[in-house]
Formats: sequence, structure tokens, C-alpha cells
Amino acid sequence: MSRVEFMQGNAACAEGALAAGCRFFGGYPITPSTEIAETMARRLPKAGGVFISMEDELASIAAVIGAAWTGVRAMTATSGPGFSLMMENIGYAAMTETPCVIVNVQRGGPSTGQPTRAAQGDMLQCRFGSHGDYSIIALTPNSVQEMFDLTVKAFNLADRFRVPTFLMTDEIVGHMRERVTIPDSVEVTPRHPLAEGSLPFEAGDDGVPGFAPFGSGRSVHVTGLTHDERGYPDTTDPAAHDRLVQRLVAKVESARRDIADYEVVNPDARTVFVTYGPPSRTVEQVMRDHPDESVGHLRLRVVWPFPEFALEEFPNAKTFLVPELNMGQMVREVQRHVDRPVVLIPKIGGELHTPAELVRALEVHR
Amino acid sequence: MIAPDWFREDRLPHIYCTGCGNGTVINCTLAAVEEMGWKRDETVFVSGIGCSSRAPGYILTDSLHTTHGRALAFATGVKMARPDFNVVVFTGDGDLAAIGGNHFIHACRRNVDMTVVCMNNHIYGMTGGQGSPTTPPGAISTTTPYGASEPAFDLAELAVAAGANYVARWTSYHVKELTKAVAAGMQTPGLAFIEVRTQCPTNYGRHNKLRSVPAMIEHLRSHAMLVEKRDRLVREGRPVPEDTFTVGELVRRNRPAMGVRR
Repeated sequence: MSRVEFMQGNAACAEGALAAGCRFFGGYPITPSTEIAETMARRLPKAGGVFISMEDELASIAAVIGAAWTGVRAMTATSGPGFSLMMENIGYAAMTETPCVIVNVQRGGPSTGQPTRAAQGDMLQCRFGSHGDYSIIALTPNSVQEMFDLTVKAFNLADRFRVPTFLMTDEIVGHMRERVTIPDSVEVTPRHPLAEGSLPFEAGDDGVPGFAPFGSGRSVHVTGLTHDERGYPDTTDPAAHDRLVQRLVAKVESARRDIADYEVVNPDARTVFVTYGPPSRTVEQVMRDHPDESVGHLRLRVVWPFPEFALEEFPNAKTFLVPELNMGQMVREVQRHVDRPVVLIPKIGGELHTPAELVRALEVHR
Repeated sequence: MIAPDWFREDRLPHIYCTGCGNGTVINCTLAAVEEMGWKRDETVFVSGIGCSSRAPGYILTDSLHTTHGRALAFATGVKMARPDFNVVVFTGDGDLAAIGGNHFIHACRRNVDMTVVCMNNHIYGMTGGQGSPTTPPGAISTTTPYGASEPAFDLAELAVAAGANYVARWTSYHVKELTKAVAAGMQTPGLAFIEVRTQCPTNYGRHNKLRSVPAMIEHLRSHAMLVEKRDRLVREGRPVPEDTFTVGELVRRNRPAMGVRR
């Protein structure tokens, strides 16, 4: 059984979080993400959860990480300016292997920019925004249905890999309204508990330590300092730092194929659009209006870790076209993995590429 | 030894300098914890960054050593998600009053049921002795080489004004009073804020003619004035010496609190 609703993207994200068992939300109002907080404020108390409006975004992500260490599924949602403020503690979440979900409903930047207009300008910040080396997982919905589905998925990935996981959406998907099917229950990946006799930050072959939330009697010391398998600071030994940070990166990067989620259309194509988020909707429109098997489409639902092997699904591709709502971010990933021309089709200002703009790009570059 | 079961012996030796007052504050806090009869697996210590914030790393409970200034925000998440936990935050003057000032006033306003112990040594100790928001005017530090020119924060009065249900201030000299104050704070539903004026002979005393540990502690003791005495002087219209600070219980009240164990 399931129910069908006509719903806004941000509301669907909140519904997905609730379905996934999220029971803690810490946030700060910011356009165009606020409806997520508003929905959580309305729904969480009735679901036995906690909603708290924090004093700023630094505090929001901090409270989420604190709550996550009690074992609850926890989330925050924001947009560019708040995302920038969260960066230090996002690095802390990566370093401490705290499972949590961060939603960024992207708007035009830099700075305060365009609060009510869409952009995809934070894609590299999401991957590299905090200092130091680390890896994260980022998902990119292109519909209201995916706002629900990928939020659920984000919680499962966050738990499985003990890594901050991002839903990198935008004002268009966050504010548009579409039909969405909400199932009665969703698949929830169980956490891997810390085994008896294992140290709190001792990982198995998958690089992911078992999780002993606070209150489990394991007296876990959690620190953002470089630490050993016991969780104790070890800040000067080059080998200790190398071992820890290599593992933090490898546990995500080595699972790229497992985490990957993408759609392939017309694998024999000579010209291939590579998209994520709402520009994929325009590409879909173009392909409906102008059926042509020489034009392909790779649509990414997971952008980080970047699935470079997905580009190999198009062995005959001569050119890759990358429409993005920025001046060129994910296009760099495509460029560094193929030896054929990769053309950026940038668009900023807050509106999607029109089908005519993409048809024109096809005519020029095919 | 106070509360021997609560120390992570495998973490010793600790990083604190000879003569540091932080060990005294940790001891008094753990003595209060013992008095409360708390269980180790229901107690979480949280901290930010700085000398004070290394304390949870020496205590054998779940502990969260977080980012600079944000300990109270992390602790709010812990306590709101698990009101059945006992949450204690160790912080310092730089951590709490400079980079974490906003979280400080909002945690007091929310009155989240936790105990916040601030080791106020009037200096950024871990980074080598820079001026902080509680460095007294005129004091020498590496960033106030001609004497601090900014007024200092009164952290306890700030907590009172912001709404904490329990506020007390003592010094590292007043170990019995401090232990009692921490326990009283733990017993009071809502946020308990205990400021401890403590000595940093290495990075504060050395530059301010208080090189020896006894000299620093004596300096703290002799400048501390009981709240009751200050109030009496004010009542009688007599002058309050300018270089003194109040010690004692500044407030104990029953404002609505959050995250109280049900």
C-alpha cells in the first residue's frame, strides 16, 4: 500500500526523512529550504522526534552531529550562505565518522546572491568545502519523487558508510510541485554495530568502523583531532594521520560502484548529455521532442563519489555536453576522465536551460 | 584520588602544564558527579577547543571533543535527543565567550538541562597566551603587549542575564565551594553555569608578575569577594573595590527548562 499526493519538493524531502526514521532536525530558516524545516517542525513532535531551531547554521549542524551520536537519525537543511557556515562542522562529521544528512536547496551565489532562484553552484563546495582531505556522498534529485526517494537513500548511505551525506538539490526541485508516491514503509539499512572487543574506530575490510552510539556503555571518545583506533588524539605521528585519513577517503571512494546511481539513455549515442538535478528535465524534453538515437543521456543521481565508469557506458561517444546551473563545476570531473571533447553548457541567473538552448548546443557541437 | 573509576588511565600523562588549574576543576567536577551518583554510561562530557576542552578526553565516559566555540550547540543536540543523559560541558573563556558567545547566550536562554563548567584563565592558553574576552584591562599577553585595552566580559553575569537557571562563580582556590556549586548546578533543572577563575601560570602569570602558582592562586583568592559581601557594601552605600570580582551563587531559579529528564 502507498499513497499518492501532489506535493512540493521540499515537503517530499521532509516526508522522506520521516519515513527513513529521522527523529532529529536542527535548522535555521533560509530561503529556499525553509519548507523542509517547517514540515519537520510540524511533523517531528507528533512522531516522537525533536525539532529545534538553532541560533545559526554552525549550531544547526553541531546539534545534528550531537544528536547523531546518541544513535538517532538526524538531519539539517539549508542553502548557500548557511551551507558555507556549516563547512567546519561538516569536516568534523567526516573526521568523526558521524552519520548525518545535510540538505542544500541551492540558490544563486556567491554571497546572499539570489535567494529565490535556483543554482547548482555549491557542487564543489559540497565535496571540498571543509579543510583537509576527506570524502562524502552527494545525491542529486531531479523530481519531487526523488526528493522523497533520495532522502531515504541518503540516510541509508550515511549510516552504512558513517559519513555526512548530502542531498544537493536546488530551488527548482525544492519548490516545484508534482505527483509523488509515498510508500507505507521504506527500506532502512541497519547500522553495523561496534563488535565486542573492537575498538571504536577500528574498521574492517570495508573501512567502516562499527557504531557505538552514546549510552551503549563503550565510553567512546570522539574528537576532531587526528586519532587512533581507540579514538584517542594522536596528532603528531605522520603514520597515524596517514592511516586515518586514507581510510576516511578510501571507505567512500573504493565503494564508488556500489554507491553509484545513474540512468543511461541511448548508450550507442555519439553525442551524450551528462546531467544531474533539474537540467536533466530539459534534456529529457529535448529527447522527447527530437527522438534521435545518436543523442544519449547520462543522468547522475549520485555525483559524489563521482562515477567515472558511467562515462564508459557510451563507447561511441564523440562529444559530451554538460549543462549545469553554474559556470562549470561537475564538468571538470567529466573532463578529467575522458579523452574526448567535453563541452560545458553553463547557465546562471536562476532559470533552467530552455529546450531550444540545448537543441542549439547539439547543433553546434554534434 | 577523586572518582578513580571515572578517569581514563590509559590517557595519562595529561597535556596540562605544571601548576595549571584545570586539573583542580576536573577533580571538583568529578567529585560532584560522584556525589550525584551518576552512572558512567548515562553521562556525556562535551567540549570545544582549548586547554579546558581536553578534559573530556581524560574521563571514562562517552565524550564529544568538538570544534572551537560550538560545544554548547553539540551538547544541545545530545541532550535534546536523549534527555535521560547527564550532560556536562567543559569550556574556557576563549571557547565560550569569544568564538562561542552566541551559542552561550542561546544555551542559557533555552535553559537546556546541562551543566557548563568554564575554566576562565583569562587567556588563550593552548595557542600560547593571546588576549581573550576576559583578559583584564591592562594585562599583558602576546597580543596585548602594551596591556589589554578592551573591557572584559563578566561571564557569570552574562549567564544570569541570558536566563540560566543556576549560576555560580568560584576560583581554583575554593575547591570545596566549587564542588558544592557544581553539584548544586547538576541538581537544578535547566542550564547550570559555573565559572571558575583559574590560574595559567605558564601563559598568563608569567607575563603579569604572577609567575609562581601560589602567587597566582593567592591573587585570585584575594580579589574574590563573596556576593553577600558585595551586596552588603552596595546596600550600605560603601565603595566596592574595582579590582574585585564576585564569587558565590549568583542565581538559582526555576525558569522553564528544555531537555529535562522525563
